[in-house]
Amino acid sequence: MILTDLRGRYQFGFGRFMERDYDDIPGTYPLDSRTYRKGYHVNMFLMSLNDAECRDKFAEDEQAYLDTFRMTEDQKSAVLDRRFLDLLKLGANVYYAFKLISFDRQPPQVMYGQMAEPRLTFDEFQQMMIDGGRPIDGNRSVEEWKDG
Amino acid sequence: MAKLIAGMGTSHVPGLGAAMDNGKTQEPYWKQLFEGLEPLRAWHRANTPDVNIIVYNDHATEFSLDSYSTFTVGVGENFEPADEGWGPRQVPSMSGYPDLAWHIVESAMAEEFDLAVHASMDLDHGFTVPLSIAYGQPKEWPAAVVPVCVNVIQHPLPTALRCYKLGQAIGRAVASFPEQINVGIWGTGGLSHQLGGERVGVVNPEFDQKFLDNLSRDPLANTRISHTEFMREAGCEGVEMIMWNVMRGALEDDVDEVFRLYHIPVSATAYGAIILENK
Repeated sequence: MILTDLRGRYQFGFGRFMERDYDDIPGTYPLDSRTYRKGYHVNMFLMSLNDAECRDKFAEDEQAYLDTFRMTEDQKSAVLDRRFLDLLKLGANVYYAFKLISFDRQPPQVMYGQMAEPRLTFDEFQQMMIDGGRPIDGNRSVEEWKDG
Repeated sequence: MAKLIAGMGTSHVPGLGAAMDNGKTQEPYWKQLFEGLEPLRAWHRANTPDVNIIVYNDHATEFSLDSYSTFTVGVGENFEPADEGWGPRQVPSMSGYPDLAWHIVESAMAEEFDLAVHASMDLDHGFTVPLSIAYGQPKEWPAAVVPVCVNVIQHPLPTALRCYKLGQAIGRAVASFPEQINVGIWGTGGLSHQLGGERVGVVNPEFDQKFLDNLSRDPLANTRISHTEFMREAGCEGVEMIMWNVMRGALEDDVDEVFRLYHIPVSATAYGAIILENK
């Protein structure tokens, strides 16, 4: 009883503690203690691609190589399907995700375009940036996204 | 005694390094930017110091979820360009300057900055691209380096003010270093950019130009910006700009701004560069 009670209080307190004042920035996934824990294994997989030998192993059999990491099945399938936005939602950080798009020998704009709302091709993303980038006005908070 | 001659700020977008490495600087996408960088390179040719202290961040290359220090000073004799997923950049290795690096560590530790040291970290685009921007493609880099790695990707991050204060401590360390050498200090990264999520591609020229104006004339204003404000206004990865505060803190209060360049886009980033000379 006491244990349960303490645990409940702990979780309540912990939940409030886990809120961040940047949580209302739309479409944004900073690496903090929450993503750290959710994404630890997927990020360590991604980072392993810094090593040429690991890249060779991954190239040889992607599923078998992924199975050597304690990732969730959702994380593994997002890697196999190259669903980059889902990877971020599952705890990967974009600096780590770079290793995967680099592994594919694709320019990062391919990954950026795939994550963008709305989804953009390489050329469309490139053009958005040449035209001055995504404007900050209207993109500061989730409230603005709800309106628009 | 050593003399700190100037500070430079520059973005470190990997695409810039790739454009140089692959001979694309005259292509339409890059031409205007590299022409704009000519005066910066001329300044560096005329003002090459013995050592550059380069404040940079690692991008899941050497530091990761397994071990991350807030501030790490490179105390090695030599540093290699890193393999960050596509093989190392074909640029010269970088000579360290351990005497100055250790002096900075000892001096700053005495002022209660608890710095980590690393002797052999490989240096990724966050470090090598600024070198290429300043010095082009030489066979050997013209100046030694002291790498100062700042954690700007794994929260909690050091505050903008803490970065400025670290810069002040580095400035005092240089001033008390007994060798007669000239020293430069670079802040790297930024300016506004967001590389992940549905909001990817956000940039904010107004915020960036204000940051550059403040850097020149009101540097303390840039120490009062919270991480959340950086992320909201300048993109999730725009928070890298706190590294420029380290550079600025090391300089004198009054500086001469002798160069500024601002250009959108480089990949998904607003490119910025500035050179500030101590009077």
